[in-house]
Amino acid sequence: MPEITGYAFPNDIHIHWSLMIVMYPYITGFVAGAFIVSALFHVFGREEFRPVARLAMATSLCFMAVATLPLNLHLGHPERSWLVMVTPNLSSAMAGFGMLYSGYLLILVLEVWFVWRQEIIKYARQSRGLKRTFYAALALGTYDQSPEAVAVDHRAATLLAAIGLPGACMLHGYVGFIFGGIKANPWWSTPLMPVIFLLSAAVSGIALLSILYQVVAKLNRRVIEGRTVAALARWLWFFLILTITLELLEIIMLAYEKSEAWHIISQLLTTRLEFSFITIQMVVGGLIPLILLGVVVLMDKYLHERIRNTLCIASSILLLIQVFSMRWNIVIGGQLLSKSFRGLRSPYSPEVFGREGVLMAIVLVILPFVLLWLFNRVLPIFGDDLPAGGAHHGDPPRAAAGAAAGAAVAEVEPA
Amino acid sequence: MDHAPCTPAPTAPPPPCDAPADAERRGFLKITGGAVALLAGLDAAANTETHAPPPGGDAYNWEEHRWAYVIDTSKCIGCGSCVRACKAENEVPEGFVRTWVERYISGPGGSYVDSPKGGLEGFPPVPTAFTPTKAFFVPKMCNHCKETPCVQVCPVGASYRTKDGVVMVDGKSCIGCGYCVQACPYGSRYLNPVTHTAEKCTWCYHRITKGLKPACVEVCPTSTRIFGNMLREDEPVRQIIDHERVSIMQGHLLTEPQCFYLHLDMEVR
Repeated sequence: MPEITGYAFPNDIHIHWSLMIVMYPYITGFVAGAFIVSALFHVFGREEFRPVARLAMATSLCFMAVATLPLNLHLGHPERSWLVMVTPNLSSAMAGFGMLYSGYLLILVLEVWFVWRQEIIKYARQSRGLKRTFYAALALGTYDQSPEAVAVDHRAATLLAAIGLPGACMLHGYVGFIFGGIKANPWWSTPLMPVIFLLSAAVSGIALLSILYQVVAKLNRRVIEGRTVAALARWLWFFLILTITLELLEIIMLAYEKSEAWHIISQLLTTRLEFSFITIQMVVGGLIPLILLGVVVLMDKYLHERIRNTLCIASSILLLIQVFSMRWNIVIGGQLLSKSFRGLRSPYSPEVFGREGVLMAIVLVILPFVLLWLFNRVLPIFGDDLPAGGAHHGDPPRAAAGAAAGAAVAEVEPA
Repeated sequence: MDHAPCTPAPTAPPPPCDAPADAERRGFLKITGGAVALLAGLDAAANTETHAPPPGGDAYNWEEHRWAYVIDTSKCIGCGSCVRACKAENEVPEGFVRTWVERYISGPGGSYVDSPKGGLEGFPPVPTAFTPTKAFFVPKMCNHCKETPCVQVCPVGASYRTKDGVVMVDGKSCIGCGYCVQACPYGSRYLNPVTHTAEKCTWCYHRITKGLKPACVEVCPTSTRIFGNMLREDEPVRQIIDHERVSIMQGHLLTEPQCFYLHLDMEVR
């Protein structure tokens, strides 16, 4: 017999949106967050992000590739999921998924193609046999490496990044909308929800890239650019402050207004979600990184490089946990609350095996990194002919703006 | 609930064995057998073999119907016949209900609400930590809202509202995403663990289109549940809704429920 506190409606026993629905916004959050980092370089010209720009774009694509998996694993009838694309009910927020996902994927793939086009051509020319056919197919029949063509590549990448940025924001804001638009559930129903989702996506994306950048640089024996780490920390701190503020604001509003549901929501937060919300989301994953990153940002010049890098890694790991707990508290927390407003459901513990289980969630987290490794094998993210420590200098196709840069690239690139 | 047992429970009618209700249920189940056969595409055979034509006749026209439901909470005795009838009629899976009955016990010192198994087996006595001054039962079900969030959020249009005002689910196109379950403010939907699709009360659409009443209305021994066509002036539901002071559940959500309540207490939501 399930443990129910107070009175829950008889059908409010099961958690229908399981761990997979926690994983879905977690994964799309990385898609949007990583894209924001790449856009900081491509669109806003933040030079300090040059060393992570390509890594960010590849990360976004690899997470995008698995974004539909948790949804399909959750659906009662995944074989019918194509109906969402073919016969969408346009009054449903969920029906927008097909359009947003396909549109954003197209932009991302096109941008990756423009950014890596020079490498594709190079490999198509250098390799033999099947490998050559593969790269030739990727090149789509154009082998133009003239400075003009490189300049066009650069402009196209910038334009696509500029379109992709609102695309990424909409893709993830939409996930927040799915929850925020449910008026039956006071824990979800707030216009702040899409904004909170978006800001926490930025946090998770930047945190992931802070870790990835340092790990990949270490593995490749490249110098970790101090200004890049510091810039990532600055932006991470900024988005963290916004996220925590809005997450708290939502609750403070409910409490201050003494809204109809506050009675039960306060119980939810202090009983079922005490650990995952107060301990993890707010203290361990919120307050501590806020202090650590504050130290990095405000005392940067007094910190030894190694200490700064370690502090960034530590806060980023905590923030990845924080964002996961935020997804958990929203998705699962919202269902622990019975719509009777008189009771809470049993605490939810996901199955270990099974298609909606913990193991599957772990696979979903690992899979994008496997894809990233494969991506790097096919289209090297840092370029294999570059001097150690100079990743950003030899990042040709997206090198500094304009045709002049294109000309410089043509000199570096072996024909 | 860990209330100290200080007062005896308010009267709760004895569970299951109410013979008249059972007899009635058997009666309508026989009729349902015919209805199922009709739905299975055997309508021609059924028409010739059934002794009496269905009360409503074959030519059901949904343009001539606008169904509505009235629940008079002052009459409900909490026998649970409606819950059992619904379970049997609609093969509702174990652990879920399409209609349920809630028991409210309240007094100046507090209030207590329960619905053990949705009221399927009636209501055993329950001790309360306060002195109750009133107790009553409230039957609940899908409100078949006009502006229903469940239909709005269904990504593939598997949830829909018929012209005669019944909210239904097409199990053949439902993808089992559960969005409608989350969107329903009344907790009246569930995902069937066997078919993995959303299910809910249909007001026994297979019966009402044959001129019969929903199973829950058919078996209710106290006429708590009243069902009828709003397009006919002589129908009791029309009379009540037009002339009595009726309430709806969670009116602030503006879902326009078509299930109306008489004598609803403020404790109920």
